[in-house]
Amino acid sequence: MARSADVVVIGGGLHGCSTALHLALRGLRPILVEKDYAGRHASGVNAGGVRQLARHLAEIPLSIASMGLWEKIEELVGDDCGFESHGTVLVAENEEEMAGFRARVEDLRLKGFTHEELIDRAELKRLVPAVADHCPGGVVSRRDGAADPFRTTQAFRRRAIEKGAEVLEGVTVTGLARAGSVWRVETSIGPIEAPKLVNAAGAWADRIAAALGEPVAMDVIAPMLMVTSRLPAFIEPVVILRGRKLSFKQLDNGTVVIGGGHLAVPYRDENRTVIDWAKLAISARTVWELFPAMRAATIVRAWAGIEARMPDDIPVVGPSATSEGVFHQFGFSAHGFQLGPATGAVMAELVATGATNTPIDGLGIGRFKR
Amino acid sequence: MFKRLAEAGAPVAITVDGKAISARAGDTVAAALLVAGIDHCRTTPVTGAPRAPYCLMGVCFDCLVTVDGVGSRQGCLVPVREGMTIETQLGKREAGR
Amino acid sequence: MNASDLAPTYDLAVIGGGPAGLAAASLAARAGLSTVLFDENPGIGGQIYRGITSTPVTDRTILGEDYWAGAELAAEAKTSGALIVGGATVWSLDPQRIVGVSIGGKARLIEARRVIIATGAQERPFPVPGWTLPGVMTAGGAQTALKAQGLLPAGRTVIAGTGPLLWLLAAQILRAGGKIEAILDTTPRANWLRALPHLPDFVLSPYFAKGLKLLREVRAKAPVVRADRIEAVGTERLSEVRFGRGDGDRRIAADLLLLHQGIVPNVNLAIAAGVAHEWNERQLCFQPVLDPDFGSSVPGIAVAGDGAGIAGGTAAAERGRIAAIAAVCALKPQATVPDPQTVRQRLQREEMGRAFLDWLNRPAERFRQPEGDTLVCRCEEVTAQQVHDMAAMGCEGPNQMKAFLRCGMGPCQGRLCGLTVTELIAQQRDTTPAEVGYYRLRPPVKPITLAELASLPISEIERKAVER
Repeated sequence: MARSADVVVIGGGLHGCSTALHLALRGLRPILVEKDYAGRHASGVNAGGVRQLARHLAEIPLSIASMGLWEKIEELVGDDCGFESHGTVLVAENEEEMAGFRARVEDLRLKGFTHEELIDRAELKRLVPAVADHCPGGVVSRRDGAADPFRTTQAFRRRAIEKGAEVLEGVTVTGLARAGSVWRVETSIGPIEAPKLVNAAGAWADRIAAALGEPVAMDVIAPMLMVTSRLPAFIEPVVILRGRKLSFKQLDNGTVVIGGGHLAVPYRDENRTVIDWAKLAISARTVWELFPAMRAATIVRAWAGIEARMPDDIPVVGPSATSEGVFHQFGFSAHGFQLGPATGAVMAELVATGATNTPIDGLGIGRFKR
Repeated sequence: MFKRLAEAGAPVAITVDGKAISARAGDTVAAALLVAGIDHCRTTPVTGAPRAPYCLMGVCFDCLVTVDGVGSRQGCLVPVREGMTIETQLGKREAGR
Repeated sequence: MNASDLAPTYDLAVIGGGPAGLAAASLAARAGLSTVLFDENPGIGGQIYRGITSTPVTDRTILGEDYWAGAELAAEAKTSGALIVGGATVWSLDPQRIVGVSIGGKARLIEARRVIIATGAQERPFPVPGWTLPGVMTAGGAQTALKAQGLLPAGRTVIAGTGPLLWLLAAQILRAGGKIEAILDTTPRANWLRALPHLPDFVLSPYFAKGLKLLREVRAKAPVVRADRIEAVGTERLSEVRFGRGDGDRRIAADLLLLHQGIVPNVNLAIAAGVAHEWNERQLCFQPVLDPDFGSSVPGIAVAGDGAGIAGGTAAAERGRIAAIAAVCALKPQATVPDPQTVRQRLQREEMGRAFLDWLNRPAERFRQPEGDTLVCRCEEVTAQQVHDMAAMGCEGPNQMKAFLRCGMGPCQGRLCGLTVTELIAQQRDTTPAEVGYYRLRPPVKPITLAELASLPISEIERKAVER
């Protein structure tokens, strides 16, 4: 006999777990299906940046809503998730970049967003004393921070279960079909039926969408990260660059995580990535120039999490354009971690009420239709 | 803890935390420290516990030392060189050493 | 030899200069393959023939004839035409056989049409209370110091554990005029039951006579005591060893405690390269899944020597030859190679006594699955209790454990805690190590400095970028 639920959530990343939690908080009974274990891929192994800074306009309302949830994350999931707020700093490497940043901050202000703040050389040096002297300034988002990605995903999973969600790990979805008024999800442990379906399948979401007759072009990517051995504390905010690919952060255990979007070669059917050292060497050079103090630091590990990137680099969030009762939540394009808490709340709101107060115009799957 | 079976190999002058030590050609940094009777070569970054060379085959990373200013070198894999400066590594070593 | 002197491409890259690597490189180069051999140590020989071309221990009786057999292998390799690079740390190998290597602080990426991983073995973790104290070392470490630098334990020395290497080291120390306060034998008596059926093979093997002679030699000069509990005690360094059996509790003042409970394959590079591994229940370790030519699950990558499963130095050389013959046949079918059947027969003879030795020297559960405050992960200082509690809370595998406790995330990258963590999880969750699995290992398999990584030649970065 088929299991039944109010909602089936496909994918146990941070987004799926967050949606399952928020559905349960609304009194619904979700079943979450995860092919590996919660946080196995990008959700568990990303850089952990909790960043409102430098986001696409279409995601800013979601990002701001999420920031509110991050700031009371312990209340929400019973774990502080390692969240610490020391801001994110976008460093300008020359005057030309600085001019671009000035225009962006001004534009945001006109649109009513004030979280990004232009900073001069002196304030940059105050926030990031280790930065190389050639940098003329930058932009800061002071409420931003960072959290422990695996711990966060696990905390959402745990709280979702406590609130009544069922989480099935090591279970693969093998088929999807409409059966009367419900969706029938065929899995490796038998069918599950539910009137509503959430596609939060990350790097595998295009397959779910295709099975629902709503194919979408999506890249499977694996952004690389590397981490150093423990160093004495020397930098508090997360640092990012615009011109060159870099994100840079020191964790409270002293290790420094270096990322920024250079890509490994992903093999999603084997849950495997192959590190591209030639590209990481470019990251190493960038760090070499930007943080001279890091030159003798040792790299102990490099890795990459598999995830989805949309052609326009912003996610798909909202109802299906073709199937009733189906909602999409994928394609976060290497910057979905911060959005996890609020996107789950918005999805639960959509599933439960059919609408949401958070503006998500511009994130619908329909934008990819000709 | 250890003594030399034979005084083979030419003497090599090195310093360990500023102290002059006579090693022998063919020594690794870790071997030179052991025979010099150094009680530990680093303290751990987590609790500050003392550690000394353990496996001498590049596996355990307990013989990490700062060699000529570069931190976290595996002492058991680095041959001594005349004039080499070795420093005990305390906890999280200073970035940029 | 500088990193910049390396060619961009070789027919064969051999990683590790022990018996397997030396034999493989030598055979392949003689058959005409362009061959490079990397070893992170300054000299060749691996662990078993450590210092073979440079040891200050000139009295051949001290290290024994089995050691000196390595000299021939080394000489053959040196004249084979293979490029042998010492002090070369291989920190990455990917399935496309791109090898990341550092020499003298400079990094390079080179490509190889075939790769033979010959990274050999390491000593099995021996997590007893106090095993991180200065003054506690591995027996293999002491043996390395003896071979490579002629260092002899000088203070009050206690040796503890099980396995052939323990007895060999004791004999070598005694022959060199050293003194051993006590040998604490941790071999469980019950092992005899499982070893006995393999005794006939062992008696016929070359190990039998040698082993008996060695035991007699050591027992005549050093007290041997059975122990099923061992603790290293001291504040800043080792001051005494506590040990016992059943209710008895004894202590002995000591300056040096040498621990050993067998060797296991050094799996880090192979796992990081994507080579599939399986659990070996007899040897209690993970080993690569290999075909008869020692080819792995990744095309073009073979694993030879003790890295393919523990079989000893002489067997390692034969395995290296078999892997090299396969590489030559694939790349240069017209080349002349030794008859593989003859090599396989020699290998078979070498492997004959293994089952008996493995079962007899299988370390006791309590020395593999520690309890309480005993450190499991030396780098991040994670205790057995923490691992135990986390497994009890539902943590199912070593990778989740890593994320929760940071065990295996320090510079040794799980080499000294991986097997322990797997076994502790299996024990707590009442399943098998095969089911639990091992750490997913990520490159670099040896830490590299940011400066080294940044030193990759620009042309190489661009070239690789275009190819991908």
